Amino acid sequence: MSVNGTAHQPGERAWPEEGVTRVPFWVYQDQEIYASEQRKIYQGSVWNYLCLEAEVAKPGDYRTTFVGDMPIIVTRDQDDEIYAFENRCSHRGSLLALENQGNTREFACVYHAWTFDLQGSLKGVAFKDGLNGKGGMPAEFCLENHNPKKLRIATVHGLVFGSLSDDVAPIEEYLGEAILGRIKRVLGGRTTEVIGRFTQALPNNWKLYFENTKDSYHASLLHLFFTTFRLNRLNMKGGILLDESGGHHVSYSMVDPEKDKSADYSDQGIRSESGFTLADPNLLKGFKEFPDGITLQLLSVFPGFVLQQIQNCIAIRQIVPRGTDKCDLNWTYIGFADDTKEQRSIRLKQSNLIGPGGFVSMEDGCVGGFVQRGIAGSSEVSGVLEMGGNTTESQDTRVTEASVRGFWKAYRSLMSL
Amino acid sequence: MFHHILQAQSKYAKCIDDDRLEDWPSFFTDDCLYRVTTADNEKHGLAASVMFADSRAALIDRITALREANIYERHSYRHILSAPVVLSEAAHEVVSETSFLLVRIMRDGVTDLFLSGRYQDKYCVENDRLLLSERIVVCDSSRIDTLLAIPV
Repeated sequence: MSVNGTAHQPGERAWPEEGVTRVPFWVYQDQEIYASEQRKIYQGSVWNYLCLEAEVAKPGDYRTTFVGDMPIIVTRDQDDEIYAFENRCSHRGSLLALENQGNTREFACVYHAWTFDLQGSLKGVAFKDGLNGKGGMPAEFCLENHNPKKLRIATVHGLVFGSLSDDVAPIEEYLGEAILGRIKRVLGGRTTEVIGRFTQALPNNWKLYFENTKDSYHASLLHLFFTTFRLNRLNMKGGILLDESGGHHVSYSMVDPEKDKSADYSDQGIRSESGFTLADPNLLKGFKEFPDGITLQLLSVFPGFVLQQIQNCIAIRQIVPRGTDKCDLNWTYIGFADDTKEQRSIRLKQSNLIGPGGFVSMEDGCVGGFVQRGIAGSSEVSGVLEMGGNTTESQDTRVTEASVRGFWKAYRSLMSL
Repeated sequence: MFHHILQAQSKYAKCIDDDRLEDWPSFFTDDCLYRVTTADNEKHGLAASVMFADSRAALIDRITALREANIYERHSYRHILSAPVVLSEAAHEVVSETSFLLVRIMRDGVTDLFLSGRYQDKYCVENDRLLLSERIVVCDSSRIDTLLAIPV
């Protein structure tokens, strides 16, 4: 760690001169930074993951979600199009939808019964014309001028993204070809089905978790499940891909065809440095789902979306900030409509690997909190990100922090920091 | 039977709370089903679990991983159980439901109500001994704080 040369005053935060190889700890602590992130990132020129198309499959379906702090309703209207708008009545600001999901013809605010259609437009004001010639709204009150904020919508292979920005690039351009291709690789042409949802409440700033998902360096060091049970294969290779902005990434590992001369992995190419073996090896029984041999793909889209494939275990993670030192991690476990019974049961068993109690993911739930608590007295100090150099380019190794540096490149650009 | 179930439930909770996790799989049959899920997933028919084991061997793996592989901050549980409701009773199988509160005590003393929920159990009656052939742990809330390492 290195101490920044100059002391700063609140509101005058200056990034360390070293650039993306340093992360000043105040960025995880400062309330003003948090407020600024809401405006400049979540409500700024980005696409936020909202939900799956499958979660608003039929006309009238809705699902609630978040864009940063902002509560959002996603709907499918009778025209079969998807819409999203702020979950806020334009009268006094109350939530409109009080359930996570449902099917409805309209949203009526419980406070004063103002009604909104499925596109978020104000349609009715109770007692608008008063009662017995008394009260009521002024004659010039115009419903069209009083809508909650509406989002632009883009869908990508069954994923619904929304933006509050008028100038954000089209989603394909925003993601870039490489990231788009890797989303298609997992979800393209398939009908997704939600098979489970969990929320993990994390005791840390949202960025610490998002960095963690981009940090391919920590994977084999913090997560010891595969190593302990001698499940690591030496004939694996991997790498990372970054988009041009640096904000999105893919980290993957796959069977290296060069080293994969033997068809039998069970007694070759496996590390044997611990004495432990699985009593029930069925845990990792899988099926051939992806012809490219990639067994792990972690993909992130700025500012808070993760698509994960670990063997046949596919899930989405949505990171929702909850203040400077808290965030929610919303897990959506996915299967596909054409799964056989056996394939589905394999997915359910492999889900032991992920989530709040996952053999290879539970550590990520606590490690952000360790950082948040560790830095409590050192706002002026910075963390170091020099593994794999100082660039934010794609690399054919996972022993690198290039994706994390990429995140800070995109973050600083939007935040003007 | 009610008292047998009550005693079995109490022993189960004490085993975990006393950190005798290596004994935990012995409360189950060889081909048991153990799952931890949420009321919301149950309500919507969503089958995925936070923890899933369909054999006693898989429960042993859970504990081996917990002791040898997984990394988390030291903590312990205190289970508070309701009396069981015996829902059905046959010669070799008893179906029951029991409510629980689970208090988590962290290394630094921070004590929280970590989970509440219900055990949906099928007990197998063998030679006067009760073994769980199925335990579905249905947590009332869909939110889990930080992580779920120790079984419920």
